Amino acid sequence: MYLSLFFTFFRIGILTFGGGYTVLPLLQKETVEKKQWISQLEVIDYYAVGQCLPGMIGVNAAILIGYKVKGRGGSVAAAAGFAMPSLLIILAIASLIQNIAGLPVVQSAFAGIRVAVCALVVNAIYTMAQKAIINPITAVLALAVFIAAVWLQVSPVPLVIAAAAAGLILSMREGKLGRKTQAAPNGGDKDTDEESQAGEEQ
Amino acid sequence: MSRYLLLCIEFAKISIFAIGGGLASLPFLYSLSDRYAWFSHGDLADMVAVSESTPGPIGINMATYVGYTVAGVLGGVLATVSYIIPSILIGVIVARFLEKFKASPYVEAVFYGIRPAVCGLIGAAAYKIMSISLLDLDAYRISGSASLTGLFRLPAILMFGVMTVMNHKLKWHPVVYIAIAAVIGVLLKF
Repeated sequence: MYLSLFFTFFRIGILTFGGGYTVLPLLQKETVEKKQWISQLEVIDYYAVGQCLPGMIGVNAAILIGYKVKGRGGSVAAAAGFAMPSLLIILAIASLIQNIAGLPVVQSAFAGIRVAVCALVVNAIYTMAQKAIINPITAVLALAVFIAAVWLQVSPVPLVIAAAAAGLILSMREGKLGRKTQAAPNGGDKDTDEESQAGEEQ
Repeated sequence: MSRYLLLCIEFAKISIFAIGGGLASLPFLYSLSDRYAWFSHGDLADMVAVSESTPGPIGINMATYVGYTVAGVLGGVLATVSYIIPSILIGVIVARFLEKFKASPYVEAVFYGIRPAVCGLIGAAAYKIMSISLLDLDAYRISGSASLTGLFRLPAILMFGVMTVMNHKLKWHPVVYIAIAAVIGVLLKF
């Protein structure tokens, strides 16, 4: 069973390209349709919870599914299987690139590639922002974090902690704690002021 | 402190604080680059490109690549393992009270703040990649503040604009854009 978990997630790891958002359809195909370890609903739940846990979405989902199938050992087997393809492929490619990195052609190619990376990252942010920036307060929060990271050189860890605290405080003020659903944007000026303070605290 | 130990600690930290998958670890890796002279911002942009265009989730690919760059094969293995272990510990605990966790308004409240912050953080990382790939700060400094034309890499900026729109509209696989960009880079001698 551990082996089966390992190799199933090894397959999912190989077939994943790019970000964690590409993992869900693969998880559904491999763990629900093929292996029938969990139900369609469960896999969506695990994926959703995986997004709310520290670390990578795909790894978290693998761990939760592994745990469901075979307890602690199962979660270790699933996570190890999921990470193994990256480890093997990247180590091989990285050592290859290191050997040719000095060539002018390779340097020109990478200079071009960096421009494409800019475009990909900008679009990734756009996709995230549609879910994350839902009212004026969240927009101010994102901007405050951006400024703190770029010009004030604040490192990401304190910013994430401050943002989590800000989320709790804001939800409390908006009366959302105690109720599950997220209220419509109300963006009061008072809240906005407090928000920029929370961002600048660092 | 030995490099290996530092790598383990830093990647365990990233695992705990980089929330939201995909590129969420990028701002933390920039912060690593600033604090230790292990690799440059430019190296990091190249690692993103390789990680996007090879099999495997991008977060793990980046961890392995950074670890390898810093301390060889063992470094790659240690960084990857350290990146995953905190997730296993947290996942095993959360798996026991999954229903409660899922329905908790506190979790939603925390993410109400964290989601936009992650956008801001990745935005800051994007700003750093753009400042090295779309601007030519060295040429600008050498030529003095007189000419602004030396500062902007016009072909790169044009290509960035076109690719951003294409990527938004066409949804081709990232590896396609990366391949096209490599060819353009070689042809135009970027």
